[in-house]
Amino acid sequence: MTTLTREETESLIREVLEVYPDKAKKDRAKHLAVNDQSIEQSKKCITSNRKSLPGVMTIRGCAYAGSKGVVWGPIKDMIHISHGPVGCGQYSRAGRRNYYVGVTGVNTFGDMNFTSDFQEKDIVFGGDKKLAKLIEEIETLFPLAKGISVQSECPIGLIGDDIEAVSKKASAAIGKPVVPVRCEGFRGVSQSLGHHIANDAIRDWVIGNRDGQPFESTPYDVAIIGDYNIGGDAWSSRILLEEMGLRVVAQWSGDGTLSEMELTPKVKLNLVHCYRSMNYISRHMEEKYNIPWIEYNFFGPTKIAESLRKIAAHFDDTIKEGAERVIEKYKAEYEAVIAKYRPRLEGKRVMLYVGGLRPRHVIGAYEDLGMEVVGTGYEFAHNDDYDRTIKEMGNATLLYDDVTGFEFEEFVKRVKPDLVGSGIKEKYIFQKMGVPFRQMHSWDYSGPYHGYDGFAIFARDMDMTINNPCWAALKAPWAKAA
Amino acid sequence: MANVMIRRGADGGLVFYLAKKDLEEQIESLEFDQPDRWGGELKLHDGQVWHVEPLNEAPRLPITVRARRLVGSDD
Repeated sequence: MTTLTREETESLIREVLEVYPDKAKKDRAKHLAVNDQSIEQSKKCITSNRKSLPGVMTIRGCAYAGSKGVVWGPIKDMIHISHGPVGCGQYSRAGRRNYYVGVTGVNTFGDMNFTSDFQEKDIVFGGDKKLAKLIEEIETLFPLAKGISVQSECPIGLIGDDIEAVSKKASAAIGKPVVPVRCEGFRGVSQSLGHHIANDAIRDWVIGNRDGQPFESTPYDVAIIGDYNIGGDAWSSRILLEEMGLRVVAQWSGDGTLSEMELTPKVKLNLVHCYRSMNYISRHMEEKYNIPWIEYNFFGPTKIAESLRKIAAHFDDTIKEGAERVIEKYKAEYEAVIAKYRPRLEGKRVMLYVGGLRPRHVIGAYEDLGMEVVGTGYEFAHNDDYDRTIKEMGNATLLYDDVTGFEFEEFVKRVKPDLVGSGIKEKYIFQKMGVPFRQMHSWDYSGPYHGYDGFAIFARDMDMTINNPCWAALKAPWAKAA
Repeated sequence: MANVMIRRGADGGLVFYLAKKDLEEQIESLEFDQPDRWGGELKLHDGQVWHVEPLNEAPRLPITVRARRLVGSDD
């Protein structure tokens, strides 16, 4: 199937919107757009970061998911209490695969679920006493934990518990940071506000902890911000930075520690991978500590080389040479990957629907393999994300914000991509329809995808999904005759 | 009134950032940009005009300031 023209894409959007009642149609129309590279500002063509329309199925998370699941959860040597009923923590436990080094339950706690397990009486009489007791118990059972964060679930805000007071008292008692995070799930329209709240909590309770203390610094200190080490992503990024001569002081927050976060204000440059979830703290550090920050992209050799050079431009010639050396060193490796997989993937078309940075960042990696991204969209992006996306996407491609299950299915039926990259909730529908699918939130139990090492795995995964003979044999159960 | 952050962009120009509205915009002109007086009316690339109470010295950027919108859409 050939690529759709602008008119065809526009009529496709109109057609899909046809089933909605007038009011819903008007609202949803603002979230769907045909990409036009000549537009400088996304707000002229697409609306984002608005409340999802009641009655349609979208794929968003909540503020608690953004704070506990994304930003705080991967910090491995802290204990993150899911404060409230047991479900929120238990059903999100260890699903994101942020790898870490350490002994779980002794000095690291990433895969474990700590909860205050609210019962009726805690809702009626308040849960502050329980929280204080819980922190005491944690200190007895897990003395090697470096700190505690209290991740509020919905009821905490509703019943008006004072977790800040409890945290301050407990912190003084155990001599470790106890961070209250007001990330109740009902706040905001998606997980995006959870990121912001989590960033603000880090700003207020962590960042300044070591101000004025001595630190042995070098001119090449950097911090990786917004890499969650999914399947080992941060590790395959970190080695590239270290090989070019930089010293990575902190990793936020995949495989990260509390002390790394406290030391981040001492670095010379912040490297931001996930802009959406960590730009707030980067901006804060720029204002308070005068640390510049830049965005980078470690998906696919073209973007990696571009990013390494961009990073090196902030340092002296040794680092600039280092960047060239690293690119040269891996050249044979990634050229071999492209030589092997490009012939098998050339011309294949991809539709993405993920969150955070991936809907725009992985485009380069697909293009390196000769593939084309024909539609992309974010669960919880803001306008600044779409500003950055418009330039990356081809003209007349589809953009969909906070897409509904119905719209996404209809788009896929009409555009007929060779691959859909989205989350676990979409996976089985498309697989049953016989459309090759990769789960792009946690790399479908694979990874890493960042860096040159990750690119080889990325290419292999895309090949084994698209060229798998099983798809032709599948017919959706609902399409079969009874 | 809103809290906005003004920073130096990659190309050397000033950038206006208003977190609550996801507004990240080039500043086209600044009324007072002298060592002893900084602020006043800001004209943004998209046509909006904001006012910042002038400061008595040029600040170290980035800086968060209170700003008032004079001209601009309300979406």
